[in-house]
Amino acid sequence: MTAAFPANAFVPTAYRVIRQRREMRDVATLELSAAAGELPTFAPGQFNMLYAFGVGEVAISVSGDPGNRGRFVHTLRAVGAVSTALARLEAGQMLGLRGPFGTGWPMTAAVGSDLVIIAGGLGLAPLRPALYHLLSHRADYGGITVLYGTRHPRDILYRREIERWRRRLDLDIEITVDHADRAWHGHVGVVPALIPRAAIDPENTFALVCGPEAMMRFTVAGLRDAGLAPERIYLSMERNMKCALGLCGRCQFGPTFICKDGPVMRFDRILQIFATREI
Amino acid sequence: MGGHVLAIGAKAMMTRDGLQALIEALLSRGYRLIGPRLGEGAIVYDDIGGIADLPAGWTDRQEAGSYRLERRADAAFFGYAVGPQSWKRFLHPPVERLWQARREGDELAILPIEIETPKFAFLGVRGCELRAIQIQDRVFTGGSQVDVAYGARRRGNFIVAVNCGTAGGTCFCVSMASGPKAKGGFDLALTELIEGGAHEFLVEIGSATGADLFAGIPQRTASGDDIAAAEAVVARTAREMGRTLDNTGIKELLQGNPNHPRWDTVASRCLTCANCTMVCPTCFCTTVEDGSDLAGATAARVRKWDSCFTLDFSFVHGGPVRSEPRARYRQWMTHKLANWIDQFGKSGCVGCGRCITWCPVGIDITEEVAAIRANARTAGTPEKGGA
Ligand SMILES: Cc1cc2nc3c(=O)[nH]c(=O)nc-3n(C[C@H](O)[C@H](O)[C@H](O)COP(=O)(O)OP(=O)(O)OC[C@H]3O[C@@H](n4cnc5c(N)ncnc54)[C@H](O)[C@@H]3O)c2cc1C
Ligand code: SF4
Ligand code: SF4
Ligand code: FES
Repeated sequence: MTAAFPANAFVPTAYRVIRQRREMRDVATLELSAAAGELPTFAPGQFNMLYAFGVGEVAISVSGDPGNRGRFVHTLRAVGAVSTALARLEAGQMLGLRGPFGTGWPMTAAVGSDLVIIAGGLGLAPLRPALYHLLSHRADYGGITVLYGTRHPRDILYRREIERWRRRLDLDIEITVDHADRAWHGHVGVVPALIPRAAIDPENTFALVCGPEAMMRFTVAGLRDAGLAPERIYLSMERNMKCALGLCGRCQFGPTFICKDGPVMRFDRILQIFATREI
Repeated sequence: MGGHVLAIGAKAMMTRDGLQALIEALLSRGYRLIGPRLGEGAIVYDDIGGIADLPAGWTDRQEAGSYRLERRADAAFFGYAVGPQSWKRFLHPPVERLWQARREGDELAILPIEIETPKFAFLGVRGCELRAIQIQDRVFTGGSQVDVAYGARRRGNFIVAVNCGTAGGTCFCVSMASGPKAKGGFDLALTELIEGGAHEFLVEIGSATGADLFAGIPQRTASGDDIAAAEAVVARTAREMGRTLDNTGIKELLQGNPNHPRWDTVASRCLTCANCTMVCPTCFCTTVEDGSDLAGATAARVRKWDSCFTLDFSFVHGGPVRSEPRARYRQWMTHKLANWIDQFGKSGCVGCGRCITWCPVGIDITEEVAAIRANARTAGTPEKGGA
């Protein structure tokens, strides 16, 4: 996947918001198209740097369909100044964008294998492009299981799409919530608790994991207990980022730069640093 | 007199007047010449117009946590080691505007800014500093993504190196194989010879540009004695160096000991003031600041030096990743001496000693490495197993 970078890779390109959808109170999905020129292609798992005028720039994963060339889709939660300004943008307004950056999910390596996709909270966003890819190349892959955990049933992201996917016979989706309400009949508890029920064939499965670091920690332990080798587990990591070019030093995670050696990392390559506190 | 273009690697002798002629030649060729000057309480790097601007007769007394200027017995121009500044402030400026943006209604335009590219000549670059420049070249222009502004500022630099005649009180370039003699990457390299009443320079040609410029400078042939005298100067400096850093297996040593108790010991002294990263000639980390005018019509993004010692550096929603001073000191030293090798193929330390001198509490990187080595967990034993 190559992107057409401007000669100066620090300078964003102007993009226009085509559609804005409010997913939850503090989560919005933006569909963006380039104000001029063609949209670069992206690999599932990659991210863009989105710039809100005068406020700042933050890393946001691409959450749309890699097969849909016309636009970039991003789902973001308003947590601070920049993400709040971005989440407030409406159709017609513009933002700055640089990217796509980073490594993607192992879509090629996983051909012919089973996949277990494990997401916590907004961690589903960077995994959605992988799911789109799997479903549009369904015959290339074995069994596909999605394990998704959120805090509360009302926090289920992409709810209508998930309901649609759940009706498919070639896809298993299990959802668990930390706190159920009266209408909830599904699992209650943390995502890693779903792993033992997922009937994973450790010799023939790849696990793609994204969520808060604590959730990934327990998930990796659960996958290891299920017999999965570290080189079959992929995590999407998060660190402070300012440049996404390997030039500002902020995203260092041990000897790696998450912006270019990640965000998607094969677990065996980060085994020791992942186990170290405050690295 | 000059006129004859010497070969790369050739050596010749030049007087103090020759140095003045060299400065004038650089200025007349349109270079912005930066060199050492007496600043407030320290030798600093600034614009130079002639030898009168150089810190003749001054030296610096450096120890862990202290720096003092002192008078020398002679009038050496380069009789100091290194000051708090390094050439990175010119090639990778502390504050730099990256671009600006304009908004009109819903429309947004992002405009690259003109990159300022003075033609730099640097006078008095030490071996360790030359290595530091090469290290930053690798960081900013050696990867898949390039800092075009750095590249533009770096292009066509004329470098006059100076081989060290005085060991600084805190440096250890011999351990890092970066000095005291400049090893390539310069246009001209000077060794100042100021013994027995004479004050001359042995000049080594490092590039075709250097040879061409030097051809116009008053000079004489270097004798075997001149060359031997220059070698003796460098050898004496190497001998007088007070510190060493053992680099054997350093990558495995530091990467394999993230939970060594020494990190706690050093953290109990460390003020996390970030001085070490600011003075280090290879530290490259930055933050950015965004702002707009009051009317909200124009905005700009400015890049500034930052340090892994700040809490903001590792901030992610919810709090900093490296909340404890221990984790921040460990990041600094492990990055510099170990992770740098994975990232850029070489150590990120050149042994200039600045971090030791300018640490308010005198923490010494060489001492910290030795302490970790003294009772390290042997490489190969997994720390805690994976997750
Ligand atoms: C590779 C990657 C992919 C991401 N994908 C998404 C996504 O798809 N959706 C989404 O909502 N969020 C995503 N994030 C997190 C998002 O970048 C942060 O929520 C955002 O930076 C918060 O910025 P803020 O200014 O609004 O908040 P503040 O909390 O005020 O943050 C201040 C500054 O700290 C830094 N920062 C804070 N939190 C993070 C963080 N988690 N990661 C990196 N830098 C941070 C940023 O520089 C930010 O400007 C991703 C982060 C990374 C690294
Ligand atoms: S770590 Fe210290 S001695 Fe090494 S290059 Fe940086 S300032 Fe100089
Ligand atoms: S030591 Fe710290 S400030 Fe210096 S380059 Fe490494 S991470 Fe950046
Ligand atoms: S975000 Fe700047 S180096 Fe990775």
